[in-house]
Amino acid sequence: MQPLRLSAYTLATPLGAGVSATLDALRAGRSGLARCDFLDVDLDTYVGRISGLEDRPVRADLAVYDCRNNRLAQLGLEQDNFIKTVAAARQHYGRERIGVFLGTSTSGILDTELAYRQRDPETGALPKTFHYVGSHSCYSAADFVQRVLDLAGPAMVVSTACSSSAKVFGSAARMIQAGLCDAAIVGGVDSLCLTTLYGFNSLGLVSSRPCRPYDADRDGISIGEAAGFVLLEKSSASSDPDSVMLLGVGESSDAYHMSTPHPDGAGARLAIQGALHAAGLKPGDIDYINLHGTGTKSNDAAEDQAVFKVFGGSTPCSSTKGATGHLLGAAGVTEAIISALCIQHGFIPGGLNTEHIDPALKSMYLLKNKQQKVNFVLSNSFGFGGNNCSLVFGHGIKRNSR
Amino acid sequence: MKIFIEGIGIVGPGLSNWPTSQPVLAGTVPYVGAAIAIPPNDLLPSAERRRTGIPVKLALAVGCEAIAHSHRNASELPAVFASSAGDGDNMHNIFDMLAHNGREVSPTRFHNSVHNAPSGYWSIATKSMAPTTSLACFDASFAAGLIEAATQTLADGKAVVLIAYDAPYPQPLHAARPISSTFGVAMVLYGNKTDRSLAELDISISRKNKSSTPITNSELEAIRVGTPAARSLPLLTALADLRPEMICLDYIADNQLDVTVRPC
Repeated sequence: MQPLRLSAYTLATPLGAGVSATLDALRAGRSGLARCDFLDVDLDTYVGRISGLEDRPVRADLAVYDCRNNRLAQLGLEQDNFIKTVAAARQHYGRERIGVFLGTSTSGILDTELAYRQRDPETGALPKTFHYVGSHSCYSAADFVQRVLDLAGPAMVVSTACSSSAKVFGSAARMIQAGLCDAAIVGGVDSLCLTTLYGFNSLGLVSSRPCRPYDADRDGISIGEAAGFVLLEKSSASSDPDSVMLLGVGESSDAYHMSTPHPDGAGARLAIQGALHAAGLKPGDIDYINLHGTGTKSNDAAEDQAVFKVFGGSTPCSSTKGATGHLLGAAGVTEAIISALCIQHGFIPGGLNTEHIDPALKSMYLLKNKQQKVNFVLSNSFGFGGNNCSLVFGHGIKRNSR
Repeated sequence: MKIFIEGIGIVGPGLSNWPTSQPVLAGTVPYVGAAIAIPPNDLLPSAERRRTGIPVKLALAVGCEAIAHSHRNASELPAVFASSAGDGDNMHNIFDMLAHNGREVSPTRFHNSVHNAPSGYWSIATKSMAPTTSLACFDASFAAGLIEAATQTLADGKAVVLIAYDAPYPQPLHAARPISSTFGVAMVLYGNKTDRSLAELDISISRKNKSSTPITNSELEAIRVGTPAARSLPLLTALADLRPEMICLDYIADNQLDVTVRPC
């Protein structure tokens, strides 16, 4: 595929708001997970909650979009000078020529969950304060972000569970290739809600400890919330040679089960191979793999099969979910941005919380940070419904000289 | 963007499949409103089928019809799913459980709650490991799906099936987001003209703030306006007419999609 430049990016995660907060936490090996104190949730688990969202309504002229998910989107957009950078791109391309493609799994349904507690006892009606378009609607986040950034190009939400905000990189690349836009805001936002906490708990997939990907005793995920955004543009001769490029996207389906991955990792392997093929790279070119690595028994075992079959056991890999928690629909973009940080800053994050690497898993899982030159990173995102997406990122200048 | 349609599937009120809907949409047979009847589908094992709601059954029915029409193999086709709202009945049940003590969400209801549940069941049913995506764009979900599917087939050179579906929410959500009808539509799209091609579509985003092409029949027009997936009806009508036409579909941010339809 034609490489695209990540010309700006920003995020807000349980590690903090902004790129440097995330980078500092990863370098310090600090986790953003804490014992669950979200609303009146009575589950014995850890979550990656972003504090202060309760006191940060969205800007007044977009008040109909006020919900936890869009508050988190706004917090993300406000970091790293992102809004100003997009304004300059808007001046350059025109507001109709920049697309907005975002992933979310649960949008603003927390509002609906809370509204169902306040139904009219006579009629069953939801309270008048409930506003579907600004919260529950699956499209709400892209609608809101398009308005915040004053854009008017193509837009949509991709909602494929935990691969959502990886898949949008593929959609944006195709839209730009087809000439429907010149640049795109890609990313995702997902916020804590009861459906995911109690839902994953019902499947026995929520750990009572901070999640331990690849540990022999791993017993489930820790759910987190985050927003992340990337400005993707075509690369040009004037591109900063240090900038990070999206080089490949690979997508596949397991065709196996709604909530359990294919045990051999067959679908994951197809996505990984597709991304490498699109990037024109061989497995040996990849310096680091940011795993999906949720910390469930079945995900890590299946992903390990896929990674080992493609790469053997000599490519360093880790999951950053011990630090961030599982960010669901925002996981793909968060880990894409972490991949870009690894390339820019020459470092590989070790996985947190893991004490004893499962001897049944054969990939080279890192527990400690490493400083080293990183040219190419593969990032995996897999979701319910057997929905798989892998992304490859790399140095622009390296790529061009190959 | 120029793409070609190779197969069509449709299920809506009084519209049971493409062969019987085509003369109705072309105006040569009168439209008779009727409750929706989703053709049964035995692709899913019965244990799985029992767990699925209307959107999954609808998506399977129209997707299979369009692919059969195109004489392609479902197990090889990437699939794009577009829906404004997903499975409202299932979400209502979960919200109801969460509002009461115990909060015992059923595991099946939870995995069915993801927007991409129909695409997951689709890949299991068709044994397809090809990519599937699942998107939402409020009332413009069909238009967004058409763009995604068209750009996929142009970028990857493979035929793609587009499947759009919506169904009404139960109360109390229906009052907050009224969707009037259950409606599903599917189209097999390909970037090149072949002996399978039914029509060429020339699609562009228009910024002229025009209004979308209405449907002459008032009952069908009400279904179109009230149901995001039925916003496809102007395109389906142009395909039914079998003559060159230009139609306009509502998109977003005061944009529309201009679609020129040329029968092959």
